[in-house]
Amino acid sequence: MIRTEELLLNVGPQHPSTHGVFRIIVKLDGEVITEATPVMGYLHRGTEKIAENLNFTQIIPYTDRMDYVSAMTNNYVLVHAVETMMGLEIPERAEYLRLVVMELQRVASHLVWWGTYLLDIGAMSPFLYAFRDREIIIDLFNELCGARLTYNYMRVGGVKWDAPPGWLDKVRDFIPYMENKLVEYDKLVSGNEIFLARIKGVGRYDAATAIDYGLSGANLRCTGVDFDIRKAEPYSLYQLFEFDVPLGQIGDCYDRYRIRLEEIRQSLRILKQALAQFPSGGDTMGKVPRVIRPPAGEVYVRIESPRGEIGCHIVSKGKAEPYRLKFRRPSFVNLQILPKLLVGETMTNLITILGGIDIVVGEVDC
Amino acid sequence: MQPWLNQALTWSNALVLFLWVVVFLFIVLGFVTYAIYFERKVIGWMQLRIGPNRVGPLGLLQTVADIFKLLIKEDTIPRKADRVLFIIAPALAYIPAFSVLAVIPYTQKLYFADLNVGLLYYVALSGISTLAIVLGGWASNNKYALLGGMRSAAQMISYEVPLVISVVGVILLSGSLNLRDIVAAQDGGWFWDWNFLPQIIGFVIFIIAAISELNRTPFDLPEAESELVAGYHVEYSGFRFAFFMLSEYVYVYAIAALTTVLFLGGWHAPAPFLDFVPGIVWFLLKFAFIVFFLFWIRATMPRIRVDQLMGLGWKVLLPISLLNVFLTALYLELFIKN
Repeated sequence: MIRTEELLLNVGPQHPSTHGVFRIIVKLDGEVITEATPVMGYLHRGTEKIAENLNFTQIIPYTDRMDYVSAMTNNYVLVHAVETMMGLEIPERAEYLRLVVMELQRVASHLVWWGTYLLDIGAMSPFLYAFRDREIIIDLFNELCGARLTYNYMRVGGVKWDAPPGWLDKVRDFIPYMENKLVEYDKLVSGNEIFLARIKGVGRYDAATAIDYGLSGANLRCTGVDFDIRKAEPYSLYQLFEFDVPLGQIGDCYDRYRIRLEEIRQSLRILKQALAQFPSGGDTMGKVPRVIRPPAGEVYVRIESPRGEIGCHIVSKGKAEPYRLKFRRPSFVNLQILPKLLVGETMTNLITILGGIDIVVGEVDC
Repeated sequence: MQPWLNQALTWSNALVLFLWVVVFLFIVLGFVTYAIYFERKVIGWMQLRIGPNRVGPLGLLQTVADIFKLLIKEDTIPRKADRVLFIIAPALAYIPAFSVLAVIPYTQKLYFADLNVGLLYYVALSGISTLAIVLGGWASNNKYALLGGMRSAAQMISYEVPLVISVVGVILLSGSLNLRDIVAAQDGGWFWDWNFLPQIIGFVIFIIAAISELNRTPFDLPEAESELVAGYHVEYSGFRFAFFMLSEYVYVYAIAALTTVLFLGGWHAPAPFLDFVPGIVWFLLKFAFIVFFLFWIRATMPRIRVDQLMGLGWKVLLPISLLNVFLTALYLELFIKN
């Protein structure tokens, strides 16, 4: 008797392409996926619960460990929420430093994504090129705040360290360097027939679906929805700078790929303008009470992280610790659409689609 | 070699033949050892790394250390695996890989077997390796290995066909299946007399299909690391794993040698005034270039998708290789016959 049977395949948590400890159980009919169930929580550390017993300065290092590929934006969303609550004034120099590190972080984060995505698709060299260039940014951060990945750089009311002498010039030198490298990336990868065949038309969804699933960042903009919080609800100093929001048309993996590469270019553009107007002096810490006690009430702020809308909701009872702290993590929300996208795709496309969503498991599980 | 092969088999003959095989085995193992080193170095340089440089001078003993490590590793066989098949599969992968080397002529004088059907022998035997990969994937009783094995079967069948048909043009031009005669037929003095220019379509298809047969990037789907973890050999460890790797690199040797023989004029010098250089040097140069080319491709290309792989094999390579046969035959009929 010959009969066929669906194959239940457990992808992860130990799998080279799930970017950490993400697990997905797929039912395979041949190589075609009929059902996909993501399983999360392998990296859950209870950040939000822990935060309820910490004062706000102590929470900042925990945000570093959420999205460890983009720690600076996570730092910012927390301090921004507290500052909004308390109505604090931020010195101009501190605000500029924050903006510069956030945009550098966006470049670094997209470089990690670019490299690992190409690695998922089977090309190994781009991964090493991307990490070579990211290394420069990491070194810059290291010089600025003494850490390479978990910076703990921002504080409520400013930043911890001023830029060391010559640091801004190094950032200035990095911009043309990175622009040249982007041309090189395009030459090496973006026109490769095999690569295009792998990602064009894969993982498509339309704007309505994307909004229904609450997607944000490149995952939303690839469908043509023009929503970038830096433009829509400018925070920090973004209203001062000119930059474009790259949009896609059909919402496939290729659009997401193109958008992220273009966002690197736009970030460099912002950096260039920011460095030109950088204030020559001033404090890096504003006037902040010794113990940070936000007034009783609630606040929700959101910013554009490299992965999408990262939000911070603080409920305060007027104490030094938050009553409740909630992070809206873009990786987690963007991941919701995965089971829908995977049905009917092959095992190979699972990796292409999962990589295209750009998750960081530290942020998914938080 | 030839005189012994043509004599009746006696004990002394058998011993001599056996010794030859052992000597050749060591040459091949030496090649594999340093091909791996070469690959790691070349790809390392292409990827801004140094590559192995710790074990021995310039890291030359790195592969030796790796092989030694695999030798002394615990030999694990999963409890639910099909024991017999699991043990047979690595050997079955290696035997044809080594056997096909018998027909490769290195120079006018240096060759092992002078088979009339040399090319046919090569193609027929190399097909058996597929069986080993499917067997290994099946016997492991692992889902990833099974998927890898199945992909491999589909891939090898799809690419065996264009590979064989792409060399038909060469056979037509030289009028022989004997690899020595094929090389001899390319002796015009200049490099444009080699088959790769008159048979440029066949050459390109052959290279593509050969890379696919080797399971190397961009066609490394059976062992696609990012999807199938390691593919068919995911459950293998120690020296059984080494045998799969070994046969893969022996095939690199075989394909590089075969390409040199079929398309790059074997031992012939590229120009008449370079004839003073011994043929073996030319052979090795061309051979090394093909090996380098295979490694270079690996550093550059992403992996193709499995359905696109099938599409490329059946819808593109096969019709073009058939067209190539037709054009070659037409050319021979119109211009050469009369």
